[in-house]
Amino acid sequence: MRAAPTLAEGFPDISGMTIARQVHWQRWLAAAAILVVLAAIGRAFVNGQIEWTYVSRFLTAKVILEGITNTMVMAVLAMALGVVLGVVVAIMRLSSNPVLASVAAGYTWLFRGTPLILQLLLWFNLALVFPTIGIPGLWSARAVDVMTPFLSALLGLGINQGAYTSEVMRAGILSVDVGQYEAAQAVGMGRLRALRRIILPQAMRVVIPPLGNEFIGMVKATSLASVIQYPEVLHNAENIYYANSRVIELLIVAGSWYLLVVSILTPLQMLLERRFARGTLQITR
Amino acid sequence: MTQPLVAIRSVGKNFGEFRALNRISLDVWAGEVLCLIGASGSGKTTLLRCINQLTPIDSGGIWLDGELLGVREEGGRLHRLTDRQIARQRLKTGMVFQRFNLFPHKTALENITEGPVQVQGRSREEARTEAMELLGRVGLAAKVNAYPSQLSGGQQQRVAIARALAMKPMLMLFDEPTSALDPELVGEVLTVMKELAHSGMTMMVVTHELGFAREVADTVVYMDHGVIVESGPAAEVLGKPREVRTQSFLSAVI
Repeated sequence: MRAAPTLAEGFPDISGMTIARQVHWQRWLAAAAILVVLAAIGRAFVNGQIEWTYVSRFLTAKVILEGITNTMVMAVLAMALGVVLGVVVAIMRLSSNPVLASVAAGYTWLFRGTPLILQLLLWFNLALVFPTIGIPGLWSARAVDVMTPFLSALLGLGINQGAYTSEVMRAGILSVDVGQYEAAQAVGMGRLRALRRIILPQAMRVVIPPLGNEFIGMVKATSLASVIQYPEVLHNAENIYYANSRVIELLIVAGSWYLLVVSILTPLQMLLERRFARGTLQITR
Repeated sequence: MTQPLVAIRSVGKNFGEFRALNRISLDVWAGEVLCLIGASGSGKTTLLRCINQLTPIDSGGIWLDGELLGVREEGGRLHRLTDRQIARQRLKTGMVFQRFNLFPHKTALENITEGPVQVQGRSREEARTEAMELLGRVGLAAKVNAYPSQLSGGQQQRVAIARALAMKPMLMLFDEPTSALDPELVGEVLTVMKELAHSGMTMMVVTHELGFAREVADTVVYMDHGVIVESGPAAEVLGKPREVRTQSFLSAVI
């Protein structure tokens, strides 16, 4: 072994010393200021004209619970319809068939281009355009009987969602490396099988965060269905305050439920993300 | 043996203004190991991709195992085959990519069984047994359940070779299989390829590994600007090239 060369003098050994704690007085100041503001807002609400007993009484009232159940049922079904449509439309949009691609582009243009509440009203009032609907010779019915608030809301919300979801899905599909598609072809897969087995599972990893966003949006968008008499939580809350005039109390009840539902959805999204991150986070079975 | 496994006749391919392949003709015989060498942009990768139809050709024709690829001749005109027919033709070739292209959401074993089970409709059990055997053959029996992200580049490329072999192809195409690897990992991949060559597999290899070409290849083809400049037995083309362009390329890379 060779002797180490001698090092220059004047550089003391500080390896044993610890780093002193800093005092972040700005942070304490900011925290104190925010607490004061929050306390003021809280005091205003406590002393304001809100009967908190109504809030706690109606929070678990049967009509409200039914309402939030209807909200969730509609959000899940409409989102499912939106995702199915979104996947199909995204695949059509990326197809080499110009007819399919332009149909998909037209769909997105139409349903993103008009307000959701207008679409809901159109579906609900479809009977004004087509008094009877059906398949000639097979089945027909009066449109007013078919276009219930439930079906109108489902079609309105789901088809509108599909237009947005198709763009999310398209982004996801485009994010997968071209080499993956070529490798799938090289083992003999056709276009659709490659999409289903190789491309979409990888695209899912990318699209789950924006889809989670879209679903949270959907939970709240269901409140628009109150205008077509769908008995979701806001609609039911309104019905109660029409009777007892406790407007703010019931709006707080409805708002609390939305907050609770959205709070539960966030950790669920994390679970889903982990499921589709297989192979990228070094997860072994 | 009366006809070559691959017959390439006057194949042309343009990318916009760029002429990638200019009337290429070439025969590859069953059991032959053929190395394609040349500078980047010379068209060697394009030629390989045309053979398994990842890149469609503009003119000329390629016959694989006596079957015209991508088109069907009828009434003096050519008709394009459907995607399904092209996928079926592609099954005769196995492709190994420069960047491996393993499916990242599937384990080594699942990468290998995906084609046999999904495309060839073989039973899961049978495909699994064969995949284990193939992984053993490329020296990765211990990595059956590893995801690609848990494997080194060399290991990934060996899984990719096993994945291609699982489809029981007649012809293996290698597109610069060691170019994306760290220098110390090149050897393990070349060893697997050498064993494959010795087992009698017909192989077309685009490579910059002239040592490998010299040792394993029966034929070496030197390409430049979309044409075949020189082709012949490896020892001749690499040892005493006739063409000036081949000579200057070889002296530049060695």
